[in-house]
Amino acid sequence: MSHILDKLTYFTRKAPEKYSGGHGITTDENRQWEDAYRGRWAHDKIVRSTHGVNCTGSCSWKIYVKGGLVTWETQFTDYPRTRPDLPNHEPRGCPRGASYSWYLYSATRLKYPMIRSRLLRLWRKAREVHTDPVLAWESIVTDPVKTASYKTARGLGGMVRADWDEMNEIIAASNIYTAKTFGPDRVCGFSPIPAMSMISYASGTRYLSLIGGTCLSFYDWYCDLPPSSPQVWGEQTDVPESADWYNSSYIIAWGSNVPQTRTPDAHFFTEVRYKGTRTVAVTPDYSEVAKLSDEWIAPRQGTDAALLMAMGHVILTEYHARNRSEYFDDYCRQYTDMPFLVRLDKKAGGLHVAGRTLRASDIKGALGADNNPEWKPVLWDSVTDSLKIPNGTIGSRWGEKGRWNLEMKDETTGAEIWPTLSLAERHDVIVEVGFPYFGNIPSDQLFDHTNHESILKRRVPARRVLLADGTTALVATVFDLQLANYGVAREVCGDPPLSSDGDEPYTPAWQEKITGVPRETVIRVAREFADNADRTRGRSMVILGAGINHWYHMDMAYRGIINLLMMCGCIGKSGGGWSHYVGQEKLRPQTGWLPLAFGLDWHRPPRQMNSTSFFYAHTDQWRYEKVGVDDILSPLADPKKWEGQTLIDCNVRAERMGWLPSAPQFQENPLRLTAEAEAQGRDPKEYVVSRLKDRSLALSCEDPDNPANFPRVLFVWRSNLLGASGKGHEYFLRHLLGTQNSVMDRDLGEANAPKPSEVVWRDEGPRGKLDLLVTLDFRMSTSCLYSDIVLPTATWYEKNDLNTSDMHPFIHPLSRAVDPAWESRSDWDIYREIARRFSEMCPGHLGLEKDLVAQPILHDSPGELAQPFGPEDWKKGEAEPVPGRTLPNLTVVERNYPDTHRKYTSLGPLMKTIGNGGKGIAWNTDAEVDFLGRLNGVCADEGVSCGLPKIETDIDATEVVLSLAPETNGQVALKAWEALGVFTGRDHTHLARPREDEKLRFRDLQAQPRKIISSPTWSGLEDEHVSYNAGYTNVHELIPWRTLTGRQHFYQDHDWMRDFGEGFCVYRPPVNTRTVASVIDTLGKDRKQVVLNWVTPHQKWGIHSTYSENLLMLTLSRGGPIVWMSETDARKAGIRDNDWIECYNANGAVVARAVVSQRVPEGLAMMYHAQEKIMNTPISETTGKRGGIHNSVVRIILKPTHMIGGYAQLAYGFNYYGTVGSNRDDFVVVRKMDTVEWQDEPALVATVEETP
Amino acid sequence: MIQSYLHEFFFGYFPYLCLSVCLVATIIRYDREQYTWKADSSMLLRSRGMVIASNLFHVGILFLFLGHAVGLLTPHAVYEPFISAPQKAFLAMTAGGIAGIVCLLGMSWLLYRRLFDPRIRATSKPMDTVVLVLLYLQLLLGLGTIPFSARSPDGSSMMALANWAQYILTFRSGAADLIVHEPWVFKTHIVLGLLIIGLFPFTRLVHMLSGLTAPVRYLIRSGFQIARKRG
Repeated sequence: MSHILDKLTYFTRKAPEKYSGGHGITTDENRQWEDAYRGRWAHDKIVRSTHGVNCTGSCSWKIYVKGGLVTWETQFTDYPRTRPDLPNHEPRGCPRGASYSWYLYSATRLKYPMIRSRLLRLWRKAREVHTDPVLAWESIVTDPVKTASYKTARGLGGMVRADWDEMNEIIAASNIYTAKTFGPDRVCGFSPIPAMSMISYASGTRYLSLIGGTCLSFYDWYCDLPPSSPQVWGEQTDVPESADWYNSSYIIAWGSNVPQTRTPDAHFFTEVRYKGTRTVAVTPDYSEVAKLSDEWIAPRQGTDAALLMAMGHVILTEYHARNRSEYFDDYCRQYTDMPFLVRLDKKAGGLHVAGRTLRASDIKGALGADNNPEWKPVLWDSVTDSLKIPNGTIGSRWGEKGRWNLEMKDETTGAEIWPTLSLAERHDVIVEVGFPYFGNIPSDQLFDHTNHESILKRRVPARRVLLADGTTALVATVFDLQLANYGVAREVCGDPPLSSDGDEPYTPAWQEKITGVPRETVIRVAREFADNADRTRGRSMVILGAGINHWYHMDMAYRGIINLLMMCGCIGKSGGGWSHYVGQEKLRPQTGWLPLAFGLDWHRPPRQMNSTSFFYAHTDQWRYEKVGVDDILSPLADPKKWEGQTLIDCNVRAERMGWLPSAPQFQENPLRLTAEAEAQGRDPKEYVVSRLKDRSLALSCEDPDNPANFPRVLFVWRSNLLGASGKGHEYFLRHLLGTQNSVMDRDLGEANAPKPSEVVWRDEGPRGKLDLLVTLDFRMSTSCLYSDIVLPTATWYEKNDLNTSDMHPFIHPLSRAVDPAWESRSDWDIYREIARRFSEMCPGHLGLEKDLVAQPILHDSPGELAQPFGPEDWKKGEAEPVPGRTLPNLTVVERNYPDTHRKYTSLGPLMKTIGNGGKGIAWNTDAEVDFLGRLNGVCADEGVSCGLPKIETDIDATEVVLSLAPETNGQVALKAWEALGVFTGRDHTHLARPREDEKLRFRDLQAQPRKIISSPTWSGLEDEHVSYNAGYTNVHELIPWRTLTGRQHFYQDHDWMRDFGEGFCVYRPPVNTRTVASVIDTLGKDRKQVVLNWVTPHQKWGIHSTYSENLLMLTLSRGGPIVWMSETDARKAGIRDNDWIECYNANGAVVARAVVSQRVPEGLAMMYHAQEKIMNTPISETTGKRGGIHNSVVRIILKPTHMIGGYAQLAYGFNYYGTVGSNRDDFVVVRKMDTVEWQDEPALVATVEETP
Repeated sequence: MIQSYLHEFFFGYFPYLCLSVCLVATIIRYDREQYTWKADSSMLLRSRGMVIASNLFHVGILFLFLGHAVGLLTPHAVYEPFISAPQKAFLAMTAGGIAGIVCLLGMSWLLYRRLFDPRIRATSKPMDTVVLVLLYLQLLLGLGTIPFSARSPDGSSMMALANWAQYILTFRSGAADLIVHEPWVFKTHIVLGLLIIGLFPFTRLVHMLSGLTAPVRYLIRSGFQIARKRG
């Protein structure tokens, strides 16, 4: 009762009872104090939510709320159970996620809308003169003095608090002015990774798509997209869930730091070792996964492909050529392109080279094919000993029904076939075939080369085939060519047997010089890997991360791995396969989400753009390009064909041939183009084609520095574009934003270098292309600092949303545990209110408009059969410009702009009139739309949305996704499998029937994470018997891969693939980016310094489920920017641990503290990804500006093979195929800083006289 | 007139005011605010010099505290057989002087870091600084009394002060009159001391009450494992 009275009983108190011989006592003191601890951990409620940076973990968390405030979070443990022989998923979570609640009430939290004060002053002045906000905006952006005044201040402070109404008005005015003057495609938006918060992503893209704006891609831009996946499988990325690791008996973790970056899943990796599974880590540095695994292999960074080629050499020799694994043999015949025939083209000098695949159309009578014979590759059937078209080629996917499957049948007759893998026993002649060799390219820096010839001559058994035109052609199987490419000695060709010590390219001995890995290790691991796969029917697995995908020639390392898995029959097998984990790319209810996200319920098609090409052009990184086409061309290609071509020229050609998308699209406003056409009484499409043909209309990509082609407005949300993903950071600042930057390079004009031939060169590079940069965030990130307007958004504990991952099969929610704090709003509400203001302000400027939308030739559409025999460039006279075949698709879309808000908040009529679908199949959604009308209610207001289901709130939006998606609605899943069955001629409905009546709703997910339902959108199954594994339905349901042959591709036969030497997988050393030579002498004179390779891996204390400026994480790490380097390099440069160092090259400079460690190999500098510029960053000595970020010293370089389109699996898809932003081939100069300056006083710019 | 009124107030009534506040507020704080009952050590924030400074201060001030308590409150008759008043006065001056210097060394460092170490300053509550400054002044005043004591080597001054203290504690009237003629420095020292007693329950000084006995009790405790009864 009273502490003091209790004390007064001192003399009357009984002696405490004793136990354990007097060592323990039992007291009867007052226990009221315990309530304090009970109160400390008491809470009012627990709400289920999660974290949405880009974490594959996708862990469900308990969010504790006390007194209306979020207090802390802990892991949920209630995931549905797995099978009895499999460990469960729970608990999931890591310290990064557990620290998130710090953000809600931290100093970095954005509480109010903010705007650059100079812009606000200009705006208020303009509004005094103009009552119409659109005219006010026009008066600002048409005055170069005014625009310069606020653009040059970007990133230099000066943000002031603002109010929502005024901000929405400015944003709407800028959007209307830009759409009206330049075209709606000049309004762009960047937001990544929809899977982490689908509704937030969809809010912005829905608004942009409704007004005709451009949505920018992220997966390719992040370089997380492995282009090798669409190349080999026609699939963006599909991987096993982490539970499937437990089914594997041999796992190689190749550049994936499982315990550090896949923390919640790592337990499966550890647990499976108790079953005897062997684990191997391949990483250049001694990382956490190297410590965890049974064996650590450390090849020099960037040379993984050499190691992989040697492993492939061992496996092909020992399991395919010399000895034969029956399992591997069967698998390759049925599921890979190995038996398909390739034409051998004769080169000057009697040498042959691998050409394109032989097609039915090449043969007289087309082997009986009357539909798409030019898209039906053929093979040699050993049953009838003749050429046959097997079921499942891409030609049978479109224009016919029921034969697109992997049954081993002759397509024309339906008779059983048995493909011939090798022509060894059926050859007419042994021919010498040339293969390109790149391993002899010397490097300025770190990488070793060998002295073999540029063309490797190898013998291949070939056969003569009579063609339709009466001539004969030599053909060989992919299998035989593949063996030759890997340097496998063939008895049939009279090759002398190769010992493992032979120094021929791709032998284990050959790779030693390049990778530094002993040959014995390569042979042993390759044998173990293959032997395990042979005995277990494919249970060998490779887990890989973005690390090796970030090299310019990433496709070679990736295809090297995929080849191993395919030649060992591991793809589509439980416990086997390709486990590429990079980010949260798997949006499981994708087909339900697409209509919501891109406004497909109102208008089709939307405008989507691949960011890498977009930013390459619009941040003018192309103006500084030092890598030429001849640097990467195959020695077998005809150099004349590529004369005068630069990388951006290739991109321009790809855009005009309909391969890649464009943004902006035409040099003129698409709204005006249609008006002009109608004024002349012409069809807008025909009008545009004719103007393109007579060159009176240019594509925007042909002149990216022309103000008519600038992107004008950029929305950034759920992203830290300028603090994390903006590769070529300083070029962003210089050209896109027009503000202070540290670019030290000379452009092509200043360097007097050859200029592009397809692009207009302007001597003066434009500064500040963007009129308005709007960022939505909950924290003052680096991107916010550079923005003109910053809108405060709800945190992950303050909004309702959906979350999925590729690592586990569950869908679970983000929930509003507390209301958005201060004046913040959810993304859904922010864009809804922008849409409202936009609609109100349209009259007088935008009414019912016709918009001409250009869209590239799309993968998974009949259009992917566009250019069967290579590129057809109409501008070069190779073909007529035909939309959808040699030009982008052109579609007229009607938009009634004042209806934008009504459309945003209702589910449009196209869901009933056209239906829904994905990946080439479609189904009717009437029942689901009616259901949503009953669930969400229907719009009662008069107008375009009257009677349609409402999407007013974020929960309404989640219900739209959940109802329309096969993964969350069993009836839709059934319809989807039925639709696929029409194509394959097989019944797949048994895969979804057991869950037909399940309908997941938002509150169901709040109660417990739910397992999704199997759907044909994905290639794995969600059921009670197998773990999710990519390619599973291809192998077990005989659904073809969506590729040219319908099988997995070892061989890429497109012209550009062959010209760039990547028909078959080869080793290609990192490219020379030439960024050190130009600055090292001028800036580094007489300084002790060292040149290191620059890589930016993922870190322990930031990335994935929180950000690096989180105070708790900073406290656990070093508290600011750091760069890791080896002891040897540190000694050379006189650097000690924790010294301030500077890393610079022509692209810019970054400052950080050095972490000197034995775990880093010589020649390597590692700066962990996305360390915010806002934390503890001093002034750079070389530039005099504040030290940059990890992206300050890199510049992206496009790769032409990623631009290919209109060709089966090599056709564009948003975030699916296209150029990727690689960033690992760069080198930096590293040195200790003499003086560390902070310049904490207000920036100079703030003292400049304010412009009126 | 006003002078004698003030004298009566400060030495006749003010002691009871301070002692009452001290007693009542201490009881309330102990009962209601157990979580505030602590020493609030800042050694974790900055440990430099603390081992020496803190120990010098504590040793010095504990000696002074006990010296004052014993010296002022022991009835004259009790110690007369052993030590005469002049001897006791000499002892008080020397021993108290030494302890005072020890304490001063320690406290100077404590006060310096409290005021000028940015980390300590930023985390200090106002009362942390106030009480330290008051103690420092009190110590200086206390050392300042030594020359005055030396002027009455017969111990008469000391005897007067001890009588005053014993009168106050035993609720006898006329206590204030006993020290009317003592020098100003003694009087200021007494007033400040009473003020510190009055402020005691509102400061970190309360840790004395637990700190004095806890270390001793720890030595004679029974049981290594302590369980508590239900309820």
